[in-house]
Amino acid sequence: MKVLMFGWEFPPFKSGGLGTACYDLTKGLSHRGVQVTFVMPFAPEDSKADFVKIRGTASYSKRLKLSRVSTVLTPYMTAQGYEEALHRMQADVAKQNKGKTVKSHVKVKGVSTGSKEIYGLNLFDEVNRYTAAASIIADEEEHDVIHAHDWMTYRAGINARKRSGKPLVVHIHATEFDRTGGSPNSNISHLEYQGLAAADLVIANSNWTKKNVIDQYKIPESKIAVVHWGIEEDRPEYHMKFRSPINDREKVVLFLGRLTIQKGPDYFVETAKKVLEHEKNVRFMIAGSGDMQNRMIRRVAELGIADKVNFLGFVQGEDVHRAFQMADLYVMPSVSEPFGLVALESLKNNTPILISKQSGASEVITNALKTDFWDVEEMANKIINVIRHPALHYELRRNSYHEARKFNLDEPAKKTEDCYKDVIGRTRL
Amino acid sequence: MYFQVHQPFRLANYTVFDIGKSRDYFDTKKNDDIMRKVAQKCYRPTNNTMLHLLHKHPEFKIAYSITGTALEQFEQYAPEVLDSFKDLADTGRVEFLSETYYHSLSFLHNKEEFRDQVAKHYRAIKKNFGVRPQVFRNTELIFNNALAKEVQDMGYKAVIAEGADHVLGWRSPNFVYRAKTADKIALLLKNYKLSDDIAFRFGNKGWAAWPMTAPKFADWVAPIMGDTVNLFMDYETFGEHQWADTGIFHFLKAMPKELIKRGIGFQTPSEAARHAPKDELDIHAPISWADVERDTSAWLGNRMQTSAAEQIYSLRDEVLASGDEQLITDWRKLTTSDHFYYMCVKWFADGDVHKYFNPYDSPYDAFITYMNVVRDVHMRATGKQPDTDKWTGMVSQWMRA
Repeated sequence: MKVLMFGWEFPPFKSGGLGTACYDLTKGLSHRGVQVTFVMPFAPEDSKADFVKIRGTASYSKRLKLSRVSTVLTPYMTAQGYEEALHRMQADVAKQNKGKTVKSHVKVKGVSTGSKEIYGLNLFDEVNRYTAAASIIADEEEHDVIHAHDWMTYRAGINARKRSGKPLVVHIHATEFDRTGGSPNSNISHLEYQGLAAADLVIANSNWTKKNVIDQYKIPESKIAVVHWGIEEDRPEYHMKFRSPINDREKVVLFLGRLTIQKGPDYFVETAKKVLEHEKNVRFMIAGSGDMQNRMIRRVAELGIADKVNFLGFVQGEDVHRAFQMADLYVMPSVSEPFGLVALESLKNNTPILISKQSGASEVITNALKTDFWDVEEMANKIINVIRHPALHYELRRNSYHEARKFNLDEPAKKTEDCYKDVIGRTRL
Repeated sequence: MYFQVHQPFRLANYTVFDIGKSRDYFDTKKNDDIMRKVAQKCYRPTNNTMLHLLHKHPEFKIAYSITGTALEQFEQYAPEVLDSFKDLADTGRVEFLSETYYHSLSFLHNKEEFRDQVAKHYRAIKKNFGVRPQVFRNTELIFNNALAKEVQDMGYKAVIAEGADHVLGWRSPNFVYRAKTADKIALLLKNYKLSDDIAFRFGNKGWAAWPMTAPKFADWVAPIMGDTVNLFMDYETFGEHQWADTGIFHFLKAMPKELIKRGIGFQTPSEAARHAPKDELDIHAPISWADVERDTSAWLGNRMQTSAAEQIYSLRDEVLASGDEQLITDWRKLTTSDHFYYMCVKWFADGDVHKYFNPYDSPYDAFITYMNVVRDVHMRATGKQPDTDKWTGMVSQWMRA
């Protein structure tokens, strides 16, 4: 089976969970013998070699072809955040290229010189550019089914479907309502709706997302399949057993995610204040960047807890694992979290979790502390008890680590392949 | 036939922010609601049925063990149920057993507390039903050599235990046994196959023997060789665990007649205890009637449970020394085994039963609420905050394990 997949991120060019999810999904599919052509903006020119070099997964990368379209748009972006991200990506790319032996690619260079003219300064220009380029690639690539990840690629998917007549699977990782905490950009939600409506099948990554898609876009339930994410079963990084001298003095409670309204960093900070009123020997770490960062720093100062809260900035690579491993508890207070792969990552790093009930992860993980994202008192109640009672920490950690073993990459890939078969079968009739 | 009647005092949603401020540990409304619901679905109709059967069949006899926490909640929320138990007692063919008033694990933690709670229960049964219990059943049928010795010394004629395969081996539960440590007390063992056919499998449509009927059941009992067939189960089996629409009440109404028809009689536990013991059992590790393991792991199987139990029992001397009756009562209500059962993490094998009886979303939530209350009790009893657990030491030790 050949899949033409439209995505936005692919490691190493990623800023969050979507890139990881696409990487994991394509890897799982290729293990099952499904051939994927992954169309993405910003792919390196020498994509195959680059990919192998970075990930060292030669065995399946041969079956995965990367095609590229250039843009700086990230899937998490709000229209306003676009320009900021453009600058950040320029800096990131410059940093990544420094000291690397791989050949840098023309388009990337273009961005890093700051010649904004090459790319649209408007978010929707970016999508248009991607859509146009993706259509050309679609004509060149043979495929049995089209799979589009999140709203930026939906129009590319719709166009490809028009041209090839092959069924379109639209994957929703996060709705515009999730990203904006309920005040959507109408252009984006319109694009989102078009994709969902045009799709032959919608894949939602949790029942939570499915419910949102039904409630907000009135998409018929029968058209939506739920595929929960998995995670790579084992990686050497999971076992680094990283501890810091801080761990000898204090309990560490971690927030790791973008500092945006969707992820609820503000609830984390308010919770920290409440915890610190009862337990002194605790340090709160905030890893991630985003448009709420300055507000969060100010709030921490206002609350008078600046000596107990550390802002780590955006962390990546092994540092992510170090952050998890030095934490005694990971907190994901997301306001609306379609899945929350990061919760599984925490478990794989042997760190127990406190997650909001408004997350897909809470549907599938039993051995976790769960609260409503807005319930700062209850979050503090739980965190304080984890700090006070090693027995609680021990049991949470032991049982959730054990439970995390049931997640792998094959299960979501298998379910996705079933979706392809289903939709191909249906559209043939 | 012996039936266990128990309701715990369930805890309120007591958070860290209530510590030092509130002493409303127990969820009065929830306990009231549950008691009324179970009274309506189980206690009232089942007591009526039993009373009817006792009037109809002079051969029919049964036994109850009713915990002190259940008696208190009958008094508070469903006094008519308590009255109907008194009516049953008045027939003279209903035996009442002894146990710990608070349905606690005190035998495993503190023998003095165990004796205090048994004495308190004894007085409550005598006061309510005018009888002096002669047969002992420990919480959740937890039993070992030491318990046999302990209750023999307390003067009981018989003690009830689970007919667990791993202690019986090839032997039949349908005889009286004695414990290695106590030669005067009779050991009555639950026939768990037949008991669980009623208690757990009755309404299960996937069960090969479904639908279970009274004649069918009587046919199974009739050919059994032995001196006694001990059917022990939760009283809430009738109407609560097995809903009325499973036909459980029809089954119960028809069963005595079918058994009598086949020449089978009834005896109370103290009557059954008169049979000569067949063999001696040597039981060191405590057995119980819970889960597939038939051990104490449902209450003390993980570190949350053992740590919570250690902390609550370690407060006993200070709580009693305070002379504060309210504090003593609150503390004792916290020894009820259900609180520990809610913290059980054996979700996957025995999950269904645990989940059904669990008012919490997770065992972790159960632990958190319980420990918040324990902290407040600690402060009331000692006047100071508990020492912070030696975290790093303990955890690094566990990490290595």
